[in-house]
Amino acid sequence: MVHDPADVAATAMTTALPGDAPEVKVTRDMVRRGLIVAPVLILVCGFVWGIDGAYSSAYGIALVLVNFALAAAIVAGTARISLGLMMGGVLFGYLIRLGLILLAVLLVKDAGWISLPALGATIIVTHLGLLVWEMKYVALSLAHPGLKPARQ
Amino acid sequence: MEALARLVAAAEPVITADDQKAAAAASSAGFAYGLAAIGPGIGIGYLVGKSVEAMARQPEAAGMVRTTMFLGIAFTEALALIGFVVFILIGL
Repeated sequence: MVHDPADVAATAMTTALPGDAPEVKVTRDMVRRGLIVAPVLILVCGFVWGIDGAYSSAYGIALVLVNFALAAAIVAGTARISLGLMMGGVLFGYLIRLGLILLAVLLVKDAGWISLPALGATIIVTHLGLLVWEMKYVALSLAHPGLKPARQ
Repeated sequence: MEALARLVAAAEPVITADDQKAAAAASSAGFAYGLAAIGPGIGIGYLVGKSVEAMARQPEAAGMVRTTMFLGIAFTEALALIGFVVFILIGL
């Protein structure tokens, strides 16, 4: 254990965390749950906004799931190298992912099948819904970092 | 000279009230998105900084800290996404 602030700063820059990546496990579980609820969300959006809403909802779900996967990949990939790199990766990753989402929406904003209200609603509901749902299955313990072990 | 002035006046684009409204909406949307991204950016920086400090102090708890950090990042990012949705609804 390190207690001196100067030592902490030095160690933080160089410490690497090889081994299991709990965020990858959590994200894989969230993507699985996202794919399970996707038909329901698409049906609801299709019912409210028509066929354009259904297409837009599917696009929004894909955006959210890819965003989660990218975030986990950045954390897992950089933590294997050093914590300093992980910090930089998360911060620049945040900017890059926001930029990618903007680009993904700008690319389709004039398409005939897009419904922006459906897309926006899906992005917020899917992102927050999956996170809240996942909280039930996340274990914050030293023994099981990541997901709770399956019940026997 | 008068003919030249008339030509210049004819060449100037006519800005209608609708154009002004659209421009105002676009710039407001840009401000909304920018402001909505600043807060989560600060929050994520603080969160990750503290997590890195915790992992450097106690590497044996790194798995737990990483899980908490990842969920914190995702929840904080939801604020930026809400700003983004406001942007696409009023600006695009």
